[in-house]
Amino acid sequence: MSDVAAEVRDLRMRYGTVDVLHGIDFEIRTGEVVALLGPNGAGKTTTIEILEGFRARSAGQVTVLGSDPEHADERWRARLGIVLQSWRDHTKWRVSELLHHLGGYYARYATPELPRPWDTAELIELVGLTAQAGARIGALSGGQRRRLDVAIGIVGRPELLFLDEPTAGFDPAARREFHELVHRLTDREQATVLLTTHDLAEAEKLADRVLILGGGRIIANGSPDELALSLSAQAEVRWTVDGRRFVHPTDQATAFTRTLFAQYGEAVENLEVRRPNLEDTYMTLVQEYEH
Amino acid sequence: MNGTGVRAVNGLHVARIGAARGGLELRHTLTYWPDLVQTLVVAGAQIVVLFVMRGNHVPGTTFSLGSLTLPSVIGMNFAFTGMLGVVGLITVDREDGTLLRAKATPDGMGAYVIGKIVLASATTLFGVVLTLALGLIAFPGVVLTLPGTATLVWVGALGLLATIPIGITTGSLIPDPRFLGVVILPFGGITAISGIFYPITHLPGWLQAIGQVFPMYWLGLGMRAALLPSHLASVEINGSWRLPLVFVALAGWAVLGLAAAPPVLRRMARRESGSRVAARRERAMLRRT
Repeated sequence: MSDVAAEVRDLRMRYGTVDVLHGIDFEIRTGEVVALLGPNGAGKTTTIEILEGFRARSAGQVTVLGSDPEHADERWRARLGIVLQSWRDHTKWRVSELLHHLGGYYARYATPELPRPWDTAELIELVGLTAQAGARIGALSGGQRRRLDVAIGIVGRPELLFLDEPTAGFDPAARREFHELVHRLTDREQATVLLTTHDLAEAEKLADRVLILGGGRIIANGSPDELALSLSAQAEVRWTVDGRRFVHPTDQATAFTRTLFAQYGEAVENLEVRRPNLEDTYMTLVQEYEH
Repeated sequence: MNGTGVRAVNGLHVARIGAARGGLELRHTLTYWPDLVQTLVVAGAQIVVLFVMRGNHVPGTTFSLGSLTLPSVIGMNFAFTGMLGVVGLITVDREDGTLLRAKATPDGMGAYVIGKIVLASATTLFGVVLTLALGLIAFPGVVLTLPGTATLVWVGALGLLATIPIGITTGSLIPDPRFLGVVILPFGGITAISGIFYPITHLPGWLQAIGQVFPMYWLGLGMRAALLPSHLASVEINGSWRLPLVFVALAGWAVLGLAAAPPVLRRMARRESGSRVAARRERAMLRRT
């Protein structure tokens, strides 16, 4: 297997007279989990749909698992897994019945290294739906339905998995469960994952690398830590003196804290220094872009 | 293996999965009570209406109008389930993402189409057998002879071929379930001029001409030929069942539909994507609130 799962060069997309993507470049290495972030309308969905082979691009080179998605065949399709936001299909089917049926499509694309599809019972257990295996899909809760969507996305043991806003509308418990599922998947299957999300904590938790899309361009590309450190987002220092609370944003947290102690000494209480996280970086970047 | 051999094996694999899919969907339809109730209510209502009509006579004869109409209604049901039913299935599948799922699965579109053909054929035949069974009990004028059964089988088989591909084509052309009315209204109009509930010979000549363009008239005529005593042909155009023309008309629609469906379906599937499904869903939510 090649070490590059997807490669995008100078990708451009135009709808009518509106340019949505102005020439973006990135690659996804095999085994990597990459998060695509960006405000609404930045071109995330367009980008992911081009990679999935659901949308024809206006210009540029795109290679996904060695093929151009626009002209790829069913063999290529069998190596991808796709989980979208708005699936409400197959509501009359039962969970295990649908997974077994859809698994059947992949059987002929099995290779000695990659047995396909996943065993239905094992897959249902992996996504935590064993108790619902015989339930009608229309009767599942939102979180259960989402886990089923993930199970369908991976039933063919994909080499590359696309997750489009996988936890939109989740409560915190469902979100945590979902993150654990993705960790289990990437640990066990070494699958390559491209996910889009609005939740920056989620990107920080799941992704090896983050791409931030703004105005149809890639405005940042790096690990969550690198991004948080490399950008000029400010750290925040909080403390209390005589019961009064203070908050001070600064680029020089160490120097500032030193002066603070020099001035007040032991009177400084509840000291907290919060270094910029991905969310701060993201806001800084997107604001810069929008001005 | 040469290219043709590979294609043949692919085709077989897709056909097998598609048939399995159609079988599963049929089972869901027959075990999902809202669907089943709908099928039974439609068949039951048709029989009740016909039963009420049984006292009226076909103009110029002593034959019960109810008995005359039963075969016509069976013909109409082919067009109803095979065409309109398939249009409904496809628009719903596009809105809820079933079609996109098929597109995201290897060989999914081929299996989807085969599954729909299997499902539509089976539900049409289920409805026909149900109506026919009830009709044979309730209407002594309707008879099932050996040659009649042969006619029933070939007209029915051609009827499926003439309606399902047209249904797939139409369903692919409708952008949204909101536009179903655009199909249902003309469908009602065609029913009115196809000689289903009253002999077509009582309509003005120009309406008779329009009625004979569409497959519904020919399905009704073929079914009457199959299930009614031969002297009733006297109320038909030219006083004949015109079976060769039934064959030509239905075969013509079958060829037209089979030629149009693949490219139209491919074009629709190519344009289908997650954002389109999401946009349709949002419009649907707005409609409901």
